[in-house]
Amino acid sequence: MLTIFRKELADHFSSTRFLILFCLIAMVALVTTYMVGASLHSNLAGMAKPKYVFLYLFTSQGQLFSLAQFIAFFGPLIGLIMGFDAVNRERNAGTLSKLISQPIFRDAVINGKFLAGVVTVSVILLSLLLMISGLGLLIVGVVPGAEEIARLVVYFVVSVAYVSFWLGLAILFSIILRSIATSALAAVALWIFFSFFISFTSGLVANTVAPVDNPQDVEQVMAHDRISRAANLISPVVLYSEATSTILDPFRKTTKGLVMMGRLEQISMQRFQNPLPLDQSILVVVPYLTTLLALTVICFGVSYLTFMRQEIRSV
Amino acid sequence: MAAVIETEGLTKAYGRQKAVDDLSFRVEEGEIFGFLGPNGAGKTTTLLMLLGLTEPSSGSARVLGFDPVREPLQVKSRVGYLPENVGFYHDMTAQENLSFVARLNNLTQEVARERVEAALVQVGLDGEREKLTGAYSRGMRQRLGIAELLIKDPKLIFLDEPTLGLDPDGINRMLDLIVSLAKNTGITVLLSSHLLHQVQRICDRVGIMRQGRLVDQGPIKELALKLGQGREEATLEEIYMRYFQEG
Repeated sequence: MLTIFRKELADHFSSTRFLILFCLIAMVALVTTYMVGASLHSNLAGMAKPKYVFLYLFTSQGQLFSLAQFIAFFGPLIGLIMGFDAVNRERNAGTLSKLISQPIFRDAVINGKFLAGVVTVSVILLSLLLMISGLGLLIVGVVPGAEEIARLVVYFVVSVAYVSFWLGLAILFSIILRSIATSALAAVALWIFFSFFISFTSGLVANTVAPVDNPQDVEQVMAHDRISRAANLISPVVLYSEATSTILDPFRKTTKGLVMMGRLEQISMQRFQNPLPLDQSILVVVPYLTTLLALTVICFGVSYLTFMRQEIRSV
Repeated sequence: MAAVIETEGLTKAYGRQKAVDDLSFRVEEGEIFGFLGPNGAGKTTTLLMLLGLTEPSSGSARVLGFDPVREPLQVKSRVGYLPENVGFYHDMTAQENLSFVARLNNLTQEVARERVEAALVQVGLDGEREKLTGAYSRGMRQRLGIAELLIKDPKLIFLDEPTLGLDPDGINRMLDLIVSLAKNTGITVLLSSHLLHQVQRICDRVGIMRQGRLVDQGPIKELALKLGQGREEATLEEIYMRYFQEG
């Protein structure tokens, strides 16, 4: 497995697509950081330093979007691009039947490919985080505290799991579909659906299941909101955004919408503006994290099983 | 002589259709055995089962004394398989492709370097080792495929349609290479083909397959005698046509 892992890793790093992808992402990240950093700097001028300024680099929206949003949105693309032709390209080139007729277990092929993808993704994300932090230090001039660094580490781990989910999905498509173009399209279609259309769909579902006839009726509004949120959470994009925005923002204490809060909760939200410690923040989003991880594992598991049962012959 | 391959009622069914049906045959050490049959007769499926790449629905096989279902790694480390359309990583040179295979076979660096060297010389490609395999002609690719098999120092090689799509010169070089491997290094060769003259030229024995069944097997001369209707010198083509016209 190590041999395949090493070859795949070398392939990833020497490929043109890796270079293009990395330049693109680095460029957007740097520009965004610069804008966010500059506006933070001017906003903070003359004020006493608030807590956790450093994390604002990732969460505050500059002109366009925050960096956390950017990763939630474009992170999947990294995974998809790394994986969409992992298996079917080798199948079409005839190297797959050669590979599995060597004295290795068949799962070494798929494990090696997945692992190499995960490592590549980790390297991309890590260097991205470091670049942003470095630039942020320069522009804002605030050194992150231990708490903030810990939050960033958690954020990094969750992000790797999130992108790995998309990597697993792309590999799954590349196993099932023989044509490279089809698997790329299928993966991108799913990505677009989960990032753009999921909110329409969940709205539709909620309107059908629990229509709101009377906006004054609290019960109805709450039922509607509950269902639309539940439907939204099918999307890993939503899961990830909710989870990471809580992890990166110590002042976010719940993932509930305002509608769902009782009166007392709303008041306490407004009155008590103390940040949560990291472990409490994580506790709030544990269900999200578990679901995200489970999705990744399921996705890889299905690819693994399909690949092991598939008959491979040269065509 | 010891049996290198021995199968007993080997059957592979896809749904209700039997791709290989109750196949029993033996291949002895050092011989060149040819599988003959039209496309879709179950030749490739048989090879896959012998390598442990697909599981038989029933029946059993022993390859070099190992059971391919239970000990696929033992079989795969001793048997070389050249698929019908062999592929290489086009962005790597011939030498790099072979070194990669050597690493997959867990060879030490020294042994790997020696074997890659020897294999390239043996198939006559040592002059083009630094070329990317994307630039190889089909004939060269096929010979590189043979070199790749030699990396693992096999006792037995399976060649699936080794001469398909080659020009006459390429076919001759390929056939000579196969014969020299069998005669000089004692490698047992099992090849499948539907190109009769070529099989006739190099094979010691042939097995004729039709719709998953082994219709007949034996040395070409014997088959000719059996079917020749008095004429002793029937060609393989005539034998073949008889089998397929009857059905």
